[in-house]
Amino acid sequence: MTPFTTLSAVAAPLMFDNVDTDAIIPSREMKSTGRTGLAEGLFAGWRYVEGRVPNPDFVLNRPEYAGARIIAGGANFGCGSSREHAVWALAEYGVRCIIAPGFAPIFAANCIRNGLLPLVLPRDVVESIAGREVHIDLAAQTLTCGKQTYSFPIEAEARDMLLEGLDAIDLTLKSRPAIAAWTDADRVARPWIYL
Amino acid sequence: MARTLADKIWDAHVTATTPAGSDLVAIDRVFLHERTGASALKNMAAAGRPVVDPARVFAVMDHIVDTRPGRGDQTLMQGGQAFITETRAAAMAAGITLFDVTDPDQGITHVISPELGIVLPGCTLVAPDSHTCTQGALGALAWGIGSSEAEHAMATGVLRLPRPKTMLVRFDGALRPGVTAKDMALALIAAHGAGGGAGHVVEFAGSAVLALDIEARMTLCNMATEFAAMAAIIAPDEKTYAYLTGRRYAPAAFDAPYWACLHSDEGAQFDRTIVIDASAITPMITWGTSPEHAIPVDGVVPGGPARAHDYIGLAAGAAILGTPIDVAFIGSCTNARLSDLRRAAALAKGRHIAPSIQKALVVPGSSAVKRAAEAEGLDKIFEAAGFEWRMSGCSLCFFAGGESFPAGSRSISSTNRNFEGRQGPGIRTHIASPEVVVASAIAGAIADPRDLEPQA
Repeated sequence: MTPFTTLSAVAAPLMFDNVDTDAIIPSREMKSTGRTGLAEGLFAGWRYVEGRVPNPDFVLNRPEYAGARIIAGGANFGCGSSREHAVWALAEYGVRCIIAPGFAPIFAANCIRNGLLPLVLPRDVVESIAGREVHIDLAAQTLTCGKQTYSFPIEAEARDMLLEGLDAIDLTLKSRPAIAAWTDADRVARPWIYL
Repeated sequence: MARTLADKIWDAHVTATTPAGSDLVAIDRVFLHERTGASALKNMAAAGRPVVDPARVFAVMDHIVDTRPGRGDQTLMQGGQAFITETRAAAMAAGITLFDVTDPDQGITHVISPELGIVLPGCTLVAPDSHTCTQGALGALAWGIGSSEAEHAMATGVLRLPRPKTMLVRFDGALRPGVTAKDMALALIAAHGAGGGAGHVVEFAGSAVLALDIEARMTLCNMATEFAAMAAIIAPDEKTYAYLTGRRYAPAAFDAPYWACLHSDEGAQFDRTIVIDASAITPMITWGTSPEHAIPVDGVVPGGPARAHDYIGLAAGAAILGTPIDVAFIGSCTNARLSDLRRAAALAKGRHIAPSIQKALVVPGSSAVKRAAEAEGLDKIFEAAGFEWRMSGCSLCFFAGGESFPAGSRSISSTNRNFEGRQGPGIRTHIASPEVVVASAIAGAIADPRDLEPQA
């Protein structure tokens, strides 16, 4: 996974609350069991009018935001379906960070597993930086826009996974002895769990 | 120290804690479906990672499987068949239990997992499906995850997670006649927002929750993801154990001391508490494009985001009753269990849907629900009323490229999401209880089920 350390880019404004994963990638755009070829379907319902003609009003179709690497969104971003295809589509398009006042939990976890930073800042700050160039320093947990620098919170483990581009499964498999010991004891305590 | 139920289950499943403070939480059950299951299993196989305990991993065909009688692997969704055949092949290769298209136990994940006793009080269960929170109704810690997390759970037996915050949502008092668990969920989300539960494990409690049967508790917990909660949970009681006793994967008896501890202790501290007067809740319906856009069915459309009004075609100040509808759907992991179908049939009996309705479907939540409903003659009641009676699956809850309607059609649906395009491009979805769906299908316009007498 590509590490996330720093990023400087314009934050494309998509300032609606409750942007759901059906909007990010409609189910009809999930055409195979693979994880690629999804970028074309990103925001398909908003990005295109009939027949894949770009909708000139949609933010990513405006020249200043085409190929955006950062999206500034509203509250509860990524709500709805757990489909990781939403994050795969964003990543394939080139997005590395979403800035929002809050995220749906499954979406935020999916971001971290795919090297995208779900960056939480208060709504007024997100609104003030939307459409502007920002610089993000994940190790310092800061976002700078113009002369203003803001600190943002992130779980320590999520930050470390992103910074180092770690694979969570490889990391967890290092704890195999502890997991096995727990499981052996649990088989005795709760035999009905083991089928 | 007094602990919440969620904390007790969490503590009991911590196998190790990472230096950064996350826990490696043991996962007792993983459930996959064909929409994302093949993807996860194929990716694991490609990485050379086996499923550590295939006996505790299950899969089912529910999301894009056809629901028309006589179905096979063919789907109305173009290319959908590959999801089914690849999931079948991957499930066989991994050695997990699959409830295939023609299996008598096939059904929607969150309907069959309780039916078969796969989910149990005190267990942890995850699935790459946001509505996994439904299963917390049985006293389990059950939550939705992405595909990568599903691989993680299957490859390691655990997930790496910081301990979630907890929230108590207490419904005091009693529901009034004609008001259901669906209305409780919509009332909560309308009052506190679609992001109101952000990342918390929500414990539902209070007299109105205790009074719900197990299936209605599932409806309530189902919508917790629409509240941005990580999970929902209801402490198991006699109803829970009576429901699970004798089910295939459940233990023979629930008499071990373990089961008696599964409740929040007196004085346990929740990070947040919300108290709702259940007697003040009325039948609800959504007017807009988020579940938080819910109002009493006899209410008026409030002012909301302009794009929601534009999409749904309803102006602020308009009464929602009487809004003409084109499509009616009873189904989904929210409201397609036997009790839902019984209540809907009681209103449909001896009546007929309005001629203006283009399509009205009843899709049972599982093949077992379908058989039980047919044994009671519910299928005949629905068909006589003008509804199509289908085979089990997720059906019209979302549009994957299969069955849909012309853009602009207005749908009344017993499902969980009214997002833009959820049921197809341009489709306007109103979510409500099965009772509201039936009453509206009969009227041809959004209607209040309290105006219809149930038929014996």
